[in-house]
Amino acid sequence: MGAPMSKTITIDGKSIPFKDGQTIMDAAMAADVYIPHLCHNPEFKPHGSCKLCTVKVNGRNVASCTMPAVEGQQVLSDTLELNDERLSLTQMLFVEGNHICPSCEKSGNCQLQAVAYYLGMMSPHYNHFYPQREVDASHPDMLLDRNRCIYCELCVRASRDVDGKSVFGLSGRGIGSTLVVNSTSGLLGDTNLAATDKAAQVCPTGALLKKRQGFTVPIGQRIFDHRTIKDVQLGEEHE
Amino acid sequence: MQQTDSPDLPRIMVPILARHGSDSAQLLQILRDVQDVCHFVPADAIDQIAAHLGVSRVTVEGVAGFYSFLSTQPVGQYHLLFSNNITDQMLGKDELLQYLCNKLWLERSRVSEDGLVSVDNTSCTGMCDQGPAALINGWPLTNLDQNRLDLIAELIRSQKPLADWPPMLFEVVDNIRRTDALLGEACVPGAAIKQALARGAKETLSEMDKSNLRGRGGAGFKTASKWSFCHAAIAEEEGSVICDIGGNPERFIVCNADEGEPGTFKDRVLLNSYADMVFEGMTVGAYVVGASKGFLYLRGEYRYLLKNLEAVLKRRREAGLLGDNILGQTGFSFDIEVHLGAGAYICGEESALIESLEGKPGRPRNRPPFPVTHGYKGRPTVVDNVETFACSARIAEKGGAWFAAMGTAQSTGTKLLSISGDIARPGIYEYPFGVTVRQILDDAGADEPFAVQISGPSGTMISWKEFDRKIAFEDLPTAGAFMVFNRKRDLFLTAHNFAHFFAHESCGFCTPCRVGTQLQKKIMDKISGGHGTICDMEELKRLGHILKTMSHCGLGSSAANPMLDAMEKFPDVFERKLKALAFEPAFDLDGALETARKITGRDDEWAHL
Ligand SMILES: Cc1cc2nc3c(=O)[nH]c(=O)nc-3n(C[C@H](O)[C@H](O)[C@H](O)COP(=O)(O)O)c2cc1C
Ligand code: SF4
Ligand code: SF4
Ligand code: FES
Repeated sequence: MGAPMSKTITIDGKSIPFKDGQTIMDAAMAADVYIPHLCHNPEFKPHGSCKLCTVKVNGRNVASCTMPAVEGQQVLSDTLELNDERLSLTQMLFVEGNHICPSCEKSGNCQLQAVAYYLGMMSPHYNHFYPQREVDASHPDMLLDRNRCIYCELCVRASRDVDGKSVFGLSGRGIGSTLVVNSTSGLLGDTNLAATDKAAQVCPTGALLKKRQGFTVPIGQRIFDHRTIKDVQLGEEHE
Repeated sequence: MQQTDSPDLPRIMVPILARHGSDSAQLLQILRDVQDVCHFVPADAIDQIAAHLGVSRVTVEGVAGFYSFLSTQPVGQYHLLFSNNITDQMLGKDELLQYLCNKLWLERSRVSEDGLVSVDNTSCTGMCDQGPAALINGWPLTNLDQNRLDLIAELIRSQKPLADWPPMLFEVVDNIRRTDALLGEACVPGAAIKQALARGAKETLSEMDKSNLRGRGGAGFKTASKWSFCHAAIAEEEGSVICDIGGNPERFIVCNADEGEPGTFKDRVLLNSYADMVFEGMTVGAYVVGASKGFLYLRGEYRYLLKNLEAVLKRRREAGLLGDNILGQTGFSFDIEVHLGAGAYICGEESALIESLEGKPGRPRNRPPFPVTHGYKGRPTVVDNVETFACSARIAEKGGAWFAAMGTAQSTGTKLLSISGDIARPGIYEYPFGVTVRQILDDAGADEPFAVQISGPSGTMISWKEFDRKIAFEDLPTAGAFMVFNRKRDLFLTAHNFAHFFAHESCGFCTPCRVGTQLQKKIMDKISGGHGTICDMEELKRLGHILKTMSHCGLGSSAANPMLDAMEKFPDVFERKLKALAFEPAFDLDGALETARKITGRDDEWAHL
């Protein structure tokens, strides 16, 4: 007997099977279709804030990482228009923070940088905001450089939902949003974060870094130096 | 420097924590009280609250940092916030703010050396019909002018307690100018509930359906459909269905009294003088959907209404209109609690409002699921506007057909408009749907009107060419704001004001709005400073597209409307301000010297480029 009929959606004309409970992003990744994303990590509850994964479903834009797949959805993703909009969002993320790639330890392993390459970003386009944000080196093993935070809340989710510690949280509003840590002093060194925590492994950018590891892998041999973020993330999905 | 404690902190905290209990949904209410007493939320208070509620410190800090009326650094003992709507500006607010600062030897947004006073701006406080307006420690001041500010400065200097200030400073009037089906007749408490009980829940819903009432909060969703979805919803939590003993999930009725849209103030008047009608409508809604608990989410700016609202609720409980077995109907129990906001426009968005009711920062949720199935604490929840509930009470009392006979086929009933700006008689006007803009302008005494901002910054601006258009969902939908600008006004200032509003109110959750509203504001600042070019207009259009198509919620997707409308309908408003050049750097060299000029106290010719 044949397998039970599975439900499908189409993405850019290609038929993609899905199971109930999967999002468009889940279905796409499982079928080897890459949709650019930054705040999404399949290990955690979807968040939906960066909006890079926006796709057009039956004519309306939705975030694919949070939108449940529903039988018959016609999804457009790899279009000139959407990639152009994704590029603008990436540029926005660059200018609102202070991202100086040549001097950043994460360069080459950074998903923000990799997505920018993937989308063909040649310049920041917008004027830099040059915000003043705090760097926190108080923790023995971790460095928190808020200049590079994109508010994806992956560390927040990992610490709360996996480590059970709630070391991180967001405070402030709008452009004044800021990553705060769970201590009266406001310092990371006064929290119970351990370098082995899940929260210490998930930052897509160079905002939350392990100390003394910056150059163990030389520039030129890092994750995204030879492979696109598309290949890397689809590869991880099928590990 | 972080302020950590005040010697009296335990004495202050114990009664506050005792009053609110240990449900984490009380977090925002607790923080409001702490701010009231301490004039900020001290770091030690955050620790104590976290321990009391059993939540993490970052949870408490996240809320304390989100709301405009909470601060983690001290504000003045007298904290004066000027309403910064364009209508306040048109009445001279900027000059008055400066006048007061000069009088008190203050800089805006800086606390005086002795900690006595601070002065700043805040988003529209909903007093556009009696501005310029302000809030002092959260209490509204209206009709400000130099005389009043002289008096206020004196009262502050002599450190007179607010309770002893002359009441006329705080006087807020209704300004009802035109009444119709809603405002024309007082509500007899209980009349609508009686009718609903006599008809039964199903029949009452069918009257609501016949009335074709559509939500008055902006989106215009049919109220009967929302109620019936909520009634039919099965609540799920982590996969398991939650039921009460009757096999029904717990449901909630929420009245959205956030009224944050600049230029809107009709809910203020309904809550001040027609509170019974609003509560009556909520109770009818509870009966129809099967809810036992309701919330009124009252914007922080309207805290002055709280006392009276609590009194009305008390009266209704005593009259058997709230509580157990309402009007003798066994099993129909419903009560209403008022929650106060703390200065965040985004909390008017229904899912952000629910987050705020749960004591969290007001960030809109991912949808689906929608509040009708997964709302307050994950349970089916109806969120409706104040006016929607008032209409519901009338419909329950007088029937759906009576209501549907008014207005137009697609927009039944009447609409309350909050009218302000360049008119002789600002205030509340109730019209059947379908009325023309021209008629309204005539009634309100507009002199040479040129443009009208319909439904606030997130709505649309129409020009004098469009004054024959109608107020109706099918033509000009509106949540109620109606701001009039005459021929002499510079409409660039309006768009500029609104760009600042959205940048200030973006919750910051999603990239397009968090950054896009800032970029808009910066470009508008640049043009305003005389450095704008054609390129900047193109950039505004492109940003408008990103905001509209990529944003997470309605705030971001409407944040470009004022710029796009102005450029389309009044292009010369922008062009007059532009430089002939095609490109002008955003970096203003002379502007960059401003700090140096301030430090050295110089402003001579040689200190400028
Ligand atoms: C940014 C934003 C602010 C809003 N503010 C309000 C508000 O202050 N009052 C209101 O009733 N609806 C507001 N809404 C609409 C609500 O989300 C919701 O649609 C409304 O409360 C539903 O009630 P109704 O069906 O009775 O209109 C707002 C929406 C957005 C996106
Ligand atoms: S520190 Fe990293 S993981 Fe945490 S919110 Fe910022 S960018 Fe995301
Ligand atoms: S659109 Fe703006 S207000 Fe809405 S979620 Fe995004 S940042 Fe927040
Ligand atoms: S990946 Fe979907 S919104 Fe960020």
